Amino acid sequence: MNAPALASPLLLLICDDEAPALARLRDLLADIALELPHVIVAEADNGLRALAAIEGLRVDVALVDIRMPKMDGIELAAHLSRLEYPPAVIFVTAYDTYAVQAFELNAVDYLVKPVRALRLLEALRKVHRHPLPSALLAQLSQGARSHLSCHERGRLLLIAVAEIVYFRADLKYVTARTGDREFLLDESLTHLEHEFGAKFIRLHRGVLAAREAIAGFEKSGAGDDAETQWQAILRDVPERLPVSRRQWPLLKSFARRLSS
Amino acid sequence: MASIKQNPAGQPLPDFRNSGVMLRILLGVNFLALAAALVQSQGVQDSLQHFIDMAAWVQPLLLFNLALLAVLGNSLQRAPAWIGRTLVLLLAAASAIVLSALWSHLIFADAGGGQALLRAGLLAALAAGFMLAYFALRAGALSPALVEARLQALSARIRPHFLFNSLNAVLSLIRADPRRAETALEELADLFRVLMRDHRELVPLADELALCRQYLALEKLRLAERLHVEWDLAPDLPLHLKVPPLMVQPLLENAVYHGIEPLGDPGTIRIRLARRADALQLDIVNPCAGSVEKPRGSHMALDNIRERLALYYDLEARLDTDAVALGDGRHEYRVRILLPCRAQRQ
Repeated sequence: MNAPALASPLLLLICDDEAPALARLRDLLADIALELPHVIVAEADNGLRALAAIEGLRVDVALVDIRMPKMDGIELAAHLSRLEYPPAVIFVTAYDTYAVQAFELNAVDYLVKPVRALRLLEALRKVHRHPLPSALLAQLSQGARSHLSCHERGRLLLIAVAEIVYFRADLKYVTARTGDREFLLDESLTHLEHEFGAKFIRLHRGVLAAREAIAGFEKSGAGDDAETQWQAILRDVPERLPVSRRQWPLLKSFARRLSS
Repeated sequence: MASIKQNPAGQPLPDFRNSGVMLRILLGVNFLALAAALVQSQGVQDSLQHFIDMAAWVQPLLLFNLALLAVLGNSLQRAPAWIGRTLVLLLAAASAIVLSALWSHLIFADAGGGQALLRAGLLAALAAGFMLAYFALRAGALSPALVEARLQALSARIRPHFLFNSLNAVLSLIRADPRRAETALEELADLFRVLMRDHRELVPLADELALCRQYLALEKLRLAERLHVEWDLAPDLPLHLKVPPLMVQPLLENAVYHGIEPLGDPGTIRIRLARRADALQLDIVNPCAGSVEKPRGSHMALDNIRERLALYYDLEARLDTDAVALGDGRHEYRVRILLPCRAQRQ
C-alpha cells in the first residue's frame, strides 16, 4: 500500500447478513486499529442495503460475505466495481470450496470465517487496488444477478430484474423498461439473453421480453400486402413490441400456452 | 404434489466396462457352453470335441458382444433398467443371428435355414438372460453392506457451512456475553457428540427432538430474529418410540439453509408431530424465497433419509416433499414423514 493511504485512515464497508459475524468483524477491526487506522463508513446486512448505505460516500475497502439474502456478495462486488471510485473487495466466507478455489486461481482477496485478526490485517494491507473483472465475477456467481445497475447523473442506480418488462437494443444502447420508466444499460443483449434466458424470451433481433409480462400476441398492419407482422401485447406498459418473422415460429408454442 | 417414489425398483445393469464383470461374463458363458457340450455328447472325450466345435462359434460372438457392451455401457446404464435389459437380450440374439448367417455363407456349412438362425438367436438370448439374472442376484446380495457403509458416511456429515458460521458466532459472543458463549459451545459439543455416534442404532424419538432443539438454538444465535420456530407436538406422542437417528435434524438444517437464510426477512419453520392411527406423522414447513425450483444441495439429505427409512421400515414409511405457492406470492416447502408406530425390530 502506498504512503498517502497509510496517512489517512482506511475507509471500510462491512457487509454480512449475520449480526454476530458483523460484531466479530467490528471487534477484530478495533483490535488492529493501532496498526492500521481505519474508519467503518457503513455496515449492512445484504448487498442491496450496502449499496444504499455507501451512496455518496467514499469507500476504500469492502469486506463482503458471499452468501447473503436479496443480493449476495458476488453480485455486490459487481455493482461496486461500477462505482466511480470502486473500492477494493475482500470476500469473507464461511465455507465455499468452489469460490475459494476460484479466488486462489484469480488472486482475489478473501478471508475464511472465523477470521483472525492477523489475517485481516494482512489482507487489508496488501489489498488489490484494481476492480474485479466482470467476467470473473460472472464466473463466480452461481446464478443470474438479481439487479442490474446503470449510471445516471453520476449516481449508480439499481434496477430489480424482476421489475423489468423488456430489454431493447437501439443502435449502440440497450434500454431496460420497467413499469415506470426506461434505463440506459451498459450491457449487451446477447449477454442478457444468456444470463436471464429463464425469465426473458427473444421476440426480435433487438428485443428481449419478460415471459411473465407478455399478455398476448396480435397481428398488425392487416390488409396491405403480405407484410403482416405479429406484435406482443404487454401487461404493464402500453407499447407493443415487434416480433420478427424469424422468431415467430419459435414463439408459437409459447403463444399457444398463453392463450390456453 | 411432488411426492417421490419409494426406492426405485430393480438393480441397475452391471458396469460392462469393469474388467471383473467382463471376466464373469467370459467364464459364465463358457461354463454354459461346456454344460451344453456335456448334454449333447455321449462321453467325456466326445464332449471336449463338442466344446471345441462350439467354441469356434461362441467365442467370436462373446467377444463381439463384450466389446459392444463396453462401448454402449454408459448409455445403457442411463436408460431405465428394464429397457437396458431388453436391449442386452436383443443385442445378443441379433448378433448371434447375424454371425451365424455370416458363418454359413463363408464356409458353406450345413445351414439349416431360418430355423437354425432362430435357434442361434434364442440360445444367445438365453445365455445373456442367464448372465443378467446372475448379476441381479449378486447385486442384491451385496447391497446391504454397501448401503450401510454409505449411511455411515452420509449421516455423519454436517454442513461445514453450519460449523464454521456457528464457531464464528460463538467467537463474537465471547467478549460481549461470555455466559451465552459458554452455553453455545456446550450445545455445539453435544450436537457433535450425537453426530459422530454410531448411526446404525435406533434412538428414542425424545432424543432426536432434543437434538433438534439444540441445533435450532445454535442457529438462533446466528440468525437471531430472522429465525422463528413453531413446535406443535401432540400430547399423545410416543416419545419412547425408536426412530432412525438424524431423521429430523438434517431436514431442519435444510429448512434453515434453503429456506430462512436466503429469505432476508424473518421466517418461521413449523414442526408438527402427531399420531395418525398406527403411524407417526412429522411435518416440517419452511418458507422459501421466490422461486419454487428445487435447491441443489438438499437432495443429499433427503435421499439419505429416504434410503434409511426404506432400510428400517421397507415400504411402511414414506417421505414426501412438496413446494407450494401460497396465495400472496410467497412459497412454502413442505416435508412429511410417515412411519409406523409399532415396536420396531432392532
